[in-house]
Amino acid sequence: MARRMSADGYGKIISIVGKPMGLDVERIKADFPILIEPINGHRLVYLDSAATSQKPRVVINAILDYYRKSNANIHRGLHALAERATESYEKTRRHVAQFVGGVDPHEIIFTRGATESINLVAYTWGETNIGEGDEIVITEMEHHANLVPWVILAQRKKAILKRIPITVCGHIDLSSIEDIITSRTKLVALSHMSNVLGTISPLAEIIAVAKRHGAVVLADGAQAAPHMPVNLTTLGVDFYAFSSHKMLGPTGVGVLWGRRALLEAMPPFNFGCEMNREVRYDRITWNDLPHKFEAGTPNIADVVAFDAALTYLEDLGMENVRAHEMELTKYAIEQLSAIPGIEIQGPQEPEQRGGAISFTDPNIHPHDISTFLDSKGIAIRAGHHCAQPLVRTLGKVATARASLYIYNDQGDIDALCDALIEMRKYFGV
Amino acid sequence: MSQSLDDMYREIILDHFRSPRGKKPLEHSNIESDGMNPSCGDEISLQVEMDKGVLKDVHVNCRGCAISVASGSMLAETVKGKSFEEVEKLAETVRKMLKGESSEIPDEFGDLDALKGVRQFPVRVKCALLAWVTLVEGMRKYRNGDSGKAVISTEDPEVTG
Ligand SMILES: Cc1ncc(COP(=O)(O)O)c(C=O)c1O
Repeated sequence: MARRMSADGYGKIISIVGKPMGLDVERIKADFPILIEPINGHRLVYLDSAATSQKPRVVINAILDYYRKSNANIHRGLHALAERATESYEKTRRHVAQFVGGVDPHEIIFTRGATESINLVAYTWGETNIGEGDEIVITEMEHHANLVPWVILAQRKKAILKRIPITVCGHIDLSSIEDIITSRTKLVALSHMSNVLGTISPLAEIIAVAKRHGAVVLADGAQAAPHMPVNLTTLGVDFYAFSSHKMLGPTGVGVLWGRRALLEAMPPFNFGCEMNREVRYDRITWNDLPHKFEAGTPNIADVVAFDAALTYLEDLGMENVRAHEMELTKYAIEQLSAIPGIEIQGPQEPEQRGGAISFTDPNIHPHDISTFLDSKGIAIRAGHHCAQPLVRTLGKVATARASLYIYNDQGDIDALCDALIEMRKYFGV
Repeated sequence: MSQSLDDMYREIILDHFRSPRGKKPLEHSNIESDGMNPSCGDEISLQVEMDKGVLKDVHVNCRGCAISVASGSMLAETVKGKSFEEVEKLAETVRKMLKGESSEIPDEFGDLDALKGVRQFPVRVKCALLAWVTLVEGMRKYRNGDSGKAVISTEDPEVTG
């Protein structure tokens, strides 16, 4: 039995090895100050964590603490504060490396977010490794962040962009994978978990084919890293991107993990201070990893505070987070499906999906759904979720999406369903 | 129910949304015009029959939110018998009302007055404008003898002003 102190100092028995334990959601809710903020006269029911998660008190305090006690520029000063700031910043890097399965901290690069992480790969690795006629393979369920950089790279390089389709149930369709990934495929870039359908990609199967052809694999972990255990030492991908703000941390911090050999061979992304070792007018030598990719003053305070978010998640245990969300997703799908007219997009099996649940009503536009729910204090997202081609593939103009996290419980789902029933009466459909 | 929600979804608007006018496709149309807001996913197709310089009939096919559907339905109800200049003027009045640039609502507006509540939801103004902009664009092209068909969007700030 693992007994740890939670980050806010409460002793919590959080997990029995091997068996996931339910989360104490009531207690978790109390750690998130925003959840007591009344919205339109109602208790806030926050079901939009796939867009961004809320932040626990420990993370908010960590930002304040940093500016109060440690603020200085990093890697530059020789004074005590500079050392303190540098150490805090690098501590988060080591923590991230540990969090994703114990990779080498030199392979962890801080960016502004998953979007920038993927752009970094497209502009450095992509620039030097993709040529005319090469193939870049993505899937039909990509977020624009893992779609637009490849469309643009393919255009720039006259490369060919190919797609792995999804089935009508919202699974990745592996049936023609051998035709799609070929010896001309240089890169397979795919979402680990879809932000629209919740679908978890069958990475192992896809990586096996990609590796046979010598292709590099990038996984967009923006939705997976916050919600399930991720071990990059065994996952088999070559690059992995995610964002702090979707996993309890501050906005403006992203992570790119890449295999050392790949990162070392890549040219820098941005140029300026910190990314080089010796600068002359006619010759510049690049700095070592990870600094080569971190030009300029980074988002120090938010990186430092991200550490507290990781600790918070570890204290809960990522297996427990996943188990909680699977259970709640199952409940939500059952309850939503029972409402006449409501149609759920994406896989129905909780084992094969995360807690981003897209749904539609044949007669009510998602924006009306969202406006109505907002009047009840229920925050969901409506629209194309930065995945326009996917939503078009689903034959929809938009969807409504409720997305779950550690601070949601059945009461939140019940509030959502009650409001949807009332909404259908309100619009008279 | 919260005050502003009922302000936007007035009973008249919900009525137009539930049973939109102008649903019947036209047999003889001289104008076809499409509008689309990619970010919302709202789509509208208009068919217009012009006769001796006035709009004789219009068919509105709108796939969108309650506001865009209701606005399209109100358009179908108010534009018949109007010339291009009159339609353009009416569309401009609707635009001003939605943007809060004018609070004077002429009597001839009828149901259109109910769209006023949308003002409190700035992100929805483009929904209420879509049908109007699409119609004016189609009629302008027709008048100028321009047969090119481009899809117009009220997510373009140059279109909505
Ligand atoms: C699957 C997926 N990929 C990438 C991103 C981009 O993340 P960010 O906006 O933090 O860069 C998101 C978040 O919107 C996402 O859901």
